[in-house]
Amino acid sequence: MEWINHLQTELGDEIVFSDATTRLAYSFDATPNYQAMPDAVVAPRSTEDVQAIMRLCQTYRVPVIARGSATNLAGGTTPLAGGLVMDFRHMGKILEIDEKNLTVTVEPGCITARLAEAVEARGLFYPPDPSSMKISTIGGNISENSGGLRGLKYGVTADYVLALEAVLPSGDVLKTGGKLAKDVAGYDLTRLLVGSEGTLAVITEATLKLIPLPETKQTMIAHFSDLDGAARTVSRIIESRIIPATLEFMDKKTIEVVEAYANIGLPTDVGALLLLEQDGPSEVVRRDIEAMHAICLTEGATHVEVARDEVHAETLRYARRTALSALARLRPTTILEDATVPRSEIAEMVRRIEAIGRTYDIEIATFGHAGDGNLHPTVATDARDHEEMERVEAAFADIFAAALELGGTITGEHGVGAMKAPYLEWKLGAAGIDVMKGIKLAFDPHGIMNPQKMFAKAAKKRLVQGGGV
Amino acid sequence: MKQTEQLTSRMTDKLDYEEMLGCMRCGFCLPTCPTYIHSKDETASPRGRIAIMKGVVDGLIEPDAGVEKTLNECLGCLACEPACPAGVRYSVLLEDARAAITVHKRATGQMDVRERLIRKVVFDGLFLSKSKMETATGFLRFYQQSGAQTLTRKLRILDWFPDQLQKMEAVLPVVPARSERVLRPERIRAAGATTARVAFFSGCLMDTMFYETNANTIKLLQAAGCDIVIPETQQCCGALHGHAGEQTGAIALAKRNIESFESLDVDYIVTNAGGCGAFLLGYDHLLKQDPEWSERAERFKAKVKDFASILIEVGFLDRVPLTLPEQLITYQDSCHLRNVQKGALAPRMLLQAIQGTTFVEQRNADHCCGSAGVYNLLQPHIANDILEMKMGHVRDTSAQTIVTSNPGCHLQMQLGIQEHGTPTMRAVHLADVLAEAMDH
Ligand SMILES: Cc1cc2nc3c(=O)[nH]c(=O)nc-3n(C[C@H](O)[C@H](O)[C@H](O)COP(=O)(O)OP(=O)(O)OC[C@H]3O[C@@H](n4cnc5c(N)ncnc54)[C@H](O)[C@@H]3O)c2cc1C
Ligand code: SF4
Ligand code: SF4
Repeated sequence: MEWINHLQTELGDEIVFSDATTRLAYSFDATPNYQAMPDAVVAPRSTEDVQAIMRLCQTYRVPVIARGSATNLAGGTTPLAGGLVMDFRHMGKILEIDEKNLTVTVEPGCITARLAEAVEARGLFYPPDPSSMKISTIGGNISENSGGLRGLKYGVTADYVLALEAVLPSGDVLKTGGKLAKDVAGYDLTRLLVGSEGTLAVITEATLKLIPLPETKQTMIAHFSDLDGAARTVSRIIESRIIPATLEFMDKKTIEVVEAYANIGLPTDVGALLLLEQDGPSEVVRRDIEAMHAICLTEGATHVEVARDEVHAETLRYARRTALSALARLRPTTILEDATVPRSEIAEMVRRIEAIGRTYDIEIATFGHAGDGNLHPTVATDARDHEEMERVEAAFADIFAAALELGGTITGEHGVGAMKAPYLEWKLGAAGIDVMKGIKLAFDPHGIMNPQKMFAKAAKKRLVQGGGV
Repeated sequence: MKQTEQLTSRMTDKLDYEEMLGCMRCGFCLPTCPTYIHSKDETASPRGRIAIMKGVVDGLIEPDAGVEKTLNECLGCLACEPACPAGVRYSVLLEDARAAITVHKRATGQMDVRERLIRKVVFDGLFLSKSKMETATGFLRFYQQSGAQTLTRKLRILDWFPDQLQKMEAVLPVVPARSERVLRPERIRAAGATTARVAFFSGCLMDTMFYETNANTIKLLQAAGCDIVIPETQQCCGALHGHAGEQTGAIALAKRNIESFESLDVDYIVTNAGGCGAFLLGYDHLLKQDPEWSERAERFKAKVKDFASILIEVGFLDRVPLTLPEQLITYQDSCHLRNVQKGALAPRMLLQAIQGTTFVEQRNADHCCGSAGVYNLLQPHIANDILEMKMGHVRDTSAQTIVTSNPGCHLQMQLGIQEHGTPTMRAVHLADVLAEAMDH
């Protein structure tokens, strides 16, 4: 292909790859059942490289798929229309930790956990902690607006992005925001790029907000014999004006699977499990943990345990952390969704998910960030069984519909990508999609940025209302 | 049929599709993989390698030189396995893919004369028979003792060999005389009350080049109260064959080892080389085509355990005081002992128990040192980069004593000391340092 030769002459063979093995290795992400080969892979070394690449791709109308570590769960980096995958292996540096302004500036390929470690070594704190943080990149986190276990108290990635440098399809550099606590000059382009899933521009540098590292932390686990007890506890904690750092949830099915896999002695009569953490000054932490302990017991917890030390805390977190591993071993294909509802609707949502599972005769286990209303209904299935896959897809459509009906959304943190593009209109309506299309056109007139993502060729018809309950 | 089509069908027959499908591409294995850490290139990651194997079977790509390269560049360290939430057995996929490629190359005459010769000598000759191995190490000993070593070094005969081989040559241990080695009795009684009955898997390299370490392992087991039997008929474990795609040879060795050990009335089959131990644990998969043998392999493997874990289990530390002169000690995990045999804890407990010394954990002690069997000879560039990084972490600890638990790691760390270390550093096998501490 002519554009590949051109790219190679301009940037050098060492960073442009078009051999079959490399193309295959960049043909997928963490989304089950999505795979498509790119025509080439490029690994720019600098913003200038990215500019040169974008100009060339614009000229040749070649799709560009910016890719961090491809851990997204929405088909976001699968090159469905072929084209060029842009990999940030050479752009992963931490450029500056500014202790005066409490900011950190990084290149997009910087691994989230590496950033967190580096700032923690200076007594500073970058709170967004997706479960994938040891692998995911900041570029990916920003582009998906990823959340994490600490979302309830500390917010999500968007709450920490102060400034961005991005390269537009034209090759021009766009700089937004600054190391500023306040900035109302024009539209908030920083926020617009956050969560844009590589469909508008390539992020080449980011300045993120840091906060002081909390002094202490405590961890507690509570078992409930039924779902409602756990859900009431979540509501009561929030009503009592306590904002815990972590408030995680596992349903009965998940607990059964975890116990069968890990044998850690979870009682079999447990219907739901909450993992609670608080951080901050020690008096506050003690007070909140005591208060939450009391609420758990009043709402019918059968067992509440506070960690004695960090080692013990780790064992308490184990059950929640093992959820994915345990579910992933059940069947060949694991599909993890992230429908999100207002906190007060958690119990109702879990019940609806259970009913939908029964309707379509599939096994759905649910765990997730209870404090954020962000659930991960997870289906263990087999992608080769087409009949079952159809039922799974229908069930997920119903789950999305149920979430919307309860005032929620189709995705809380994983993004739209290709997977949920057909459902986006359900959430935004025709007007919302039109505004988004206008924005897309302003940035990317030729549609070369991550095509077939976010916008579906045709929206899914919304057949089933109310999740088949 | 085109040659690539033939290889595709060989890989399709050999590779377990369920296992490949089990990979959900979450990427949890990426930060544990030394070749990915080194290159940040998905073709050099476990996730990428599995996708590439599957891509061949799915007909998305042809099994060309690029495919072979990524599989060759894998260290086989298996750090990716314990990291995998889905429990994908990468080792099984890697070995089967390599076996398919080796069979194919041999059948289609693609193996060049040099590679065929090396494989013939090493796999059919040396490692398939213990007596040949002994003769070979006999040569090595003659070479070392007779002054021939100094002579060849002077004459630069080794200039023929790749750089790496020359460097390795300088760190090879002195092989003890054969007569000394044959004196060992087949049965050795425990010192004091018996705590366990064990059969010792002596290993081929361990029993020749590292004879001293085997002698020390036996001494430690004896002091720990183990009655020891060392069956004469045992063979090389077959790991070198298996990892190089020579499955027929590996299967023959596995069967002879199972025969040698299964009739013994023992609690454990003891290993003191992580690489061998891990390979013994994979015998059931290796023999899976034959249900009867695979069942025998399962009974066999249930008894296999590393000597350090056995020492801890039978209460060695309560029986035997350990002391050494003041020194800082650090430990380099054997990948296979850690990732397959799950024996990361016991060596550390033993080392921490040595009075007078201080144990310092090095950063990324669990990352492969780059030795990986014969990897450092075949992929010298990657191996050297990995080793250099490793030695940086070792230097940061200021430790003089680097303890290992596998012969390959041992030689690699010697090489690391020679290339990037300080004059006071030494590499020692766990059994040797414990024996030293017992006698002190
Ligand atoms: C096991 C597992 C657990 C997870 N847990 C969580 C969780 O707790 N919370 C959560 O929110 N998510 C979670 N995720 C989803 C995923 O990890 C996040 O979306 C993460 O932010 C993706 O990062 P990445 O570097 O892998 O990005 P990729 O997957 O490589 O890319 C994601 C998107 O960002 C775009 N992109 C990447 N870099 C750039 C750039 N420089 N410029 C422009 N666009 C770019 C891509 O085009 C793509 O659309 C999880 C995933 C897995 C597999
Ligand atoms: S065996 Fe080691 S080198 Fe090979 S893929 Fe796994 S972690 Fe990487
Ligand atoms: S950790 Fe396991 S499932 Fe995840 S990408 Fe690696 S091999 Fe695949």
